[in-house]
Amino acid sequence: MTALLDGLFDGISIGSVLLLAALGLAIVFGLMGVINMAHGELMMMGAYTTFVVQNLFKPLGAPWFGLYIIVALVAAFIVTAIMGLILERGVIRYLYGRPLETLLATWGVSLILQQFVRSVSWMLVIGLSLFCILFFGAMSFLSRRPNFQRIRSWALVILLPLSTGIAWNVATFIGDVYKLPVTKPWFGAQNVDVTAPGWLRGGLKLGTSQIPYTRLFILGLTIVCILGVYTFLHRSAWGLRIRAVTQNREMSACLGIPTQTVDALTFAIGSGLAGIAGCAVSFLGSVGPNTGQNYIVDTFMVVVVGGVGKLVGSIVAALAIGIANYVIGTNALGPLVASVPFLSDFFAFFANASMAKVMVFALIISFLQFKPAGMFPQKGRTVDA
Amino acid sequence: MLRAINQKIQQRPRLFEAGLVVAIALLILFAAPAILTAVGQEFRVNMLGRFLALAIVALGIDLIWGYTGILSLGHGLFFTLGGYALAMYLKLQLPEGELPEFFTLYGVTELPWFWKPFYSFPFALAATVFVPMLIATLLGYLVFRNRIRGVYFSILTQAALIVFFNFFNSQQKLINGTNGLKTDTTKIFDMYVGSDDVQRVLYILSVVFLILAYCLSRWLTSGRLGRLLIAIRDDESRVRFSGYDPTGFKVLVFAVSAGLAGIAGALYAAQSGGISPKTMDIAFSIEMVIWVAVGGRASLVGAVLGAILVNFSKSILSEQFPQVWLFFLGGLFLTVVTVLPDGFVGWIRTTGVEQVRSRLGRRRLLTYPSLSEDPEVEYERQNLRN
Repeated sequence: MTALLDGLFDGISIGSVLLLAALGLAIVFGLMGVINMAHGELMMMGAYTTFVVQNLFKPLGAPWFGLYIIVALVAAFIVTAIMGLILERGVIRYLYGRPLETLLATWGVSLILQQFVRSVSWMLVIGLSLFCILFFGAMSFLSRRPNFQRIRSWALVILLPLSTGIAWNVATFIGDVYKLPVTKPWFGAQNVDVTAPGWLRGGLKLGTSQIPYTRLFILGLTIVCILGVYTFLHRSAWGLRIRAVTQNREMSACLGIPTQTVDALTFAIGSGLAGIAGCAVSFLGSVGPNTGQNYIVDTFMVVVVGGVGKLVGSIVAALAIGIANYVIGTNALGPLVASVPFLSDFFAFFANASMAKVMVFALIISFLQFKPAGMFPQKGRTVDA
Repeated sequence: MLRAINQKIQQRPRLFEAGLVVAIALLILFAAPAILTAVGQEFRVNMLGRFLALAIVALGIDLIWGYTGILSLGHGLFFTLGGYALAMYLKLQLPEGELPEFFTLYGVTELPWFWKPFYSFPFALAATVFVPMLIATLLGYLVFRNRIRGVYFSILTQAALIVFFNFFNSQQKLINGTNGLKTDTTKIFDMYVGSDDVQRVLYILSVVFLILAYCLSRWLTSGRLGRLLIAIRDDESRVRFSGYDPTGFKVLVFAVSAGLAGIAGALYAAQSGGISPKTMDIAFSIEMVIWVAVGGRASLVGAVLGAILVNFSKSILSEQFPQVWLFFLGGLFLTVVTVLPDGFVGWIRTTGVEQVRSRLGRRRLLTYPSLSEDPEVEYERQNLRN
């Protein structure tokens, strides 16, 4: 009985992490049909934000340090939401209606973010800001001219290499003069560790087993996030607009809903949720540039199994995948079929974390044979549904 | 009369193309190694050989993505399977009764059953092609049958990749897990695979297989099948309404491209001295797609060019500044997708020449469009020189 409860709780806690990670992805995918490959990297940025906030709170001492986590959650949400907004305005809005291209573009963004976290230093920041000031400043200056449209491409061709060159040279010059203080990477390629505050260490004793507080915290966080997203989507004016655009974009546009603003807003919220997920993930292990990649495929699976644009689908799918992962990975079914050697051998073969993924994938593929559009498909009369 | 003209116009580029392909192949076969050796970059010959092998995968991806519009993010899986099939044969070239050395490390005394057929050379060669094709057919059939497509399909292929990556990584006892199989100290026909002679043969084989793959792709895409594939890419529902069942065709193309990836994997493994689950990295499979995107989707030359160019720039850039490469690759994804959606070759074909001309101040007067499409006018223009 305890073993079963243990298993159930572990499954639910894996599922809650998955759900937290997949929530933002599912909302964005449901609304815009965009699979955001950089979602994992946004999670990673959330985790790094937590790390930075923690370091800022360290000098404050014991009573305040315990509270850093609340600040970290808010900061992670804001940082990643702004990041998402930039991403949507800068890249994705040019690619609507071309899902596969969007997928590739966001993958490019994720590569850039990964390397950025590895090598970000004062030098890089100075170079980048100089480039932005020069390039965008000059472009906005030129855009006041009446013949801007005509000279636009010429301006691009001249300004882009010019400002890149200036920024690059100034940055390397600064790097040469001040050496290590400006060239040293902030985080580096190594993983960094986030320490949970005192009140999250230890665990809840339940009979013979122990449930770690961090897991309970993540579970609570997930529930709060779901409730928040639900109230936002179903009780606010913008939520209504988002739901309308999800159901029928053209019709909503005709009725005066600013679909572009809705897109940007949704993307920002989805990215912010990724940040919160990253904050949660940072308590489970150390944080590194590859943190996002470890979760990304599982979260995609949640979206695929759950179906598009349904909160319930994501919840059920995340819990199901989490529990299935746990049950297969720890060979919980093995003892039940111990009398049949073939079956117990079969389950024993899949009884570790990576082989459990093999089995879960097979289960997902066979599940999709019955429900190709996920558990809770959109109802409608489209041909391509 | 018109028909004859049509045929004549069609034949000409085809002959021209065949000549061009042969010329380039001869150039790569004989001139490239000589030139690279002459400038003291001998190690780049082997590199070029590997990149030619990668170009074969690019052709496969172009078939399925460029022509059929199905984005597979899991071709690293088929690539690796092909590589393993050949590497397993090479590993078994041992005296009677001996096992590959890593087995003894893990205390395995008897050869696992699925290794045994790999004693035979023909079986191993067939396996490099047919094992990936089999898996692709299975996966493709299960997925396409339910009309799962677009982003869903991409995600599923990626998940399949991860699954196999996990599987290969965790099976130390069966296939040496993370370390993979080293092949450069193994023997093929009593010669070391790492030796110069064998490597030279492999280089030639890469060129030959690249040409064969090119011809196969050209044949598949030029006929009725090719038109059907493009139709599936552009509007699948309409194809279905016209009475075709796209499932079979999609499975076929997916299997063919997987087979090409398998061949490429075998050639690559033999030339790079081994195969490991590393080639099933997510990043590598997505990079394959970017080769095609850079060169030009729906253009076979573009795929080959893209694979070779991107890989060379990768090796040069990451030699010079290792950090810049990822920024560069990310930037490449962004620019190609937003600015050059048809890739380099596509840009040249559509607007490139005109853009360069008008930049140089030599704008060509546009004629009445239907006039330049008229076969008779075209015929006169080509043959009467006016």
